[in-house]
Amino acid sequence: MQIYLPIAEISVNAFLLLGLGGMVGILSGMFGVGGGFLMTPLLFFIGIPPAVAVATEANQIVASSFSGVLAHLRRKTVDLKMGLVLLIGGLIGAGVGIEIFRALREIGQVDLLVKLTYVIFLGIIGSLMFIEGLNALKKSKTRAGKPAPRRGHLWIHGLPFKLKFRTSGLYISAIPPLAIGALVGILAAIMGVGGGFVMVPAMIYILGMPTKVVIGTSLFQIIFVTAFTTLMHATTNYTVDMALAVLLLLGGVVGAQIGTRIGLKMKAESLRLLLATLVLGVCGKLGLELLIEPSELFILGAGGE
Amino acid sequence: MIRILLALFLLASPAHASEKVIAGLSQNRVAITANFDGTGILIFGAVKREAPPPTTGPLDVIIAVSGPERPVVVRKKARVLGIWVNKESRTVSSAPSFYAIASTGPLPKILSKSEDLRYKITIPRMVAEKAAADGLSNIDEFASAVIRIRQHNGLYTEKGGKVNLADQTLFDTQIALPSALVEGDYKARVFLLRDGRVIDDFSKTIAVRKVGMERWIYNLAHERPLIYGLLSLAIAILAGWLASTIFRLLKLS
Repeated sequence: MQIYLPIAEISVNAFLLLGLGGMVGILSGMFGVGGGFLMTPLLFFIGIPPAVAVATEANQIVASSFSGVLAHLRRKTVDLKMGLVLLIGGLIGAGVGIEIFRALREIGQVDLLVKLTYVIFLGIIGSLMFIEGLNALKKSKTRAGKPAPRRGHLWIHGLPFKLKFRTSGLYISAIPPLAIGALVGILAAIMGVGGGFVMVPAMIYILGMPTKVVIGTSLFQIIFVTAFTTLMHATTNYTVDMALAVLLLLGGVVGAQIGTRIGLKMKAESLRLLLATLVLGVCGKLGLELLIEPSELFILGAGGE
Repeated sequence: MIRILLALFLLASPAHASEKVIAGLSQNRVAITANFDGTGILIFGAVKREAPPPTTGPLDVIIAVSGPERPVVVRKKARVLGIWVNKESRTVSSAPSFYAIASTGPLPKILSKSEDLRYKITIPRMVAEKAAADGLSNIDEFASAVIRIRQHNGLYTEKGGKVNLADQTLFDTQIALPSALVEGDYKARVFLLRDGRVIDDFSKTIAVRKVGMERWIYNLAHERPLIYGLLSLAIAILAGWLASTIFRLLKLS
């Protein structure tokens, strides 16, 4: 069944969009990532104009993250206090990021910078998680079920403004989570994603939060940052396509529910390894696109950008 | 000299003026609805004559439908430090979003270059003319990239022989409008030719408009963006909550 998208001004198959939404939703629920880093390139591929894809994707992430976070809230795997601190940083970051995005757009190099940021960040994070995941898996096999001891982050413990995060079992300064939130906010605005794939590892490796709490907390923060981005896009660029968003999120919310259940049944280590593989896959694909000579050297864009 | 010219004009004009084109469209309006999947427009007509058809050359018909013209930014990729980046860019100040030509025969055969220049009929002429005004040469790689990419996407088509002409009088053709249609006023042009020269032409506007739900969403997004944004968010939150609740109930039961 074909459906004409009023803002994107193209006609696409409705079931294709539902399917894409569902697939990405499953991953979103499993890993606590919004899935934007997968969905946005997929939308480009089916011919949605990039500006519409980025803005509409933000709207869809709100839905799948909200659906996912409810399941986590019920299981009490959301650190609300930590989420709020991250969110404050995130909103500041998103505001800064939107300004950077606007400046890059004027230079006309936004494409390249978005892709380069993807490749660099996905590459670093993917490799780190992969190595860490492999090590953890080895350890858990030798030491039958005993959790790996948490590494001490001495520099974090030396910072002022200490807060108690009961759910995460942490007593750390508010500065690192604020900084992480801000960094993710900037990236989220530039890359048009929720930023979960950066935040999840940062929470695990820098803040030392337990993996199970990380996913719910990340989803909680993503809801608000992407809602903010959606509103910004809707009011400044008019690029949020409601019809496209509804189709994607119908598939997405159902997928997220299934994904959350799959995620709870899996071991944290294998979850981490899977996410690492996925991140590295996307990174590799984008990297190749930059390195291999394209078959069409020219691209068309709307005038008056 | 003037007399000779006048004599030539008098000799030439009756043959041209004696044949007129009358044409009609199966629809003047195209409504883009939610399940719009492209449509076809039948363009038909007849040649009106006061006298028997001249025997000078074969009669030909060219029918062209063009979409609204918009500026296009063309970027060319080049290798910088091993990676492919957008390097040069040019703006073609206006190119039709859609262009379809149908004719009774191959265009180079039935249309002379000077007439093409005058009426801007062929695809390269349609785009290159605009590109030339922007300081790009006619055979500019940026202008031809617009044509190549749009032809590849099925937005620019050229079909020689697609116009049926019966008894040198009645003609018709079907122009397919794709599903990825941009809103705006489309222009249908009909050219009557003899010996490669245009002897009469006719043009009519086709209004392509979004209707119903499509119209409502589009207007809301542009006229009340804040409400539109909030509504989008409300739908997202509601869908997320619904899915979560439904799944929980399914699991409990």
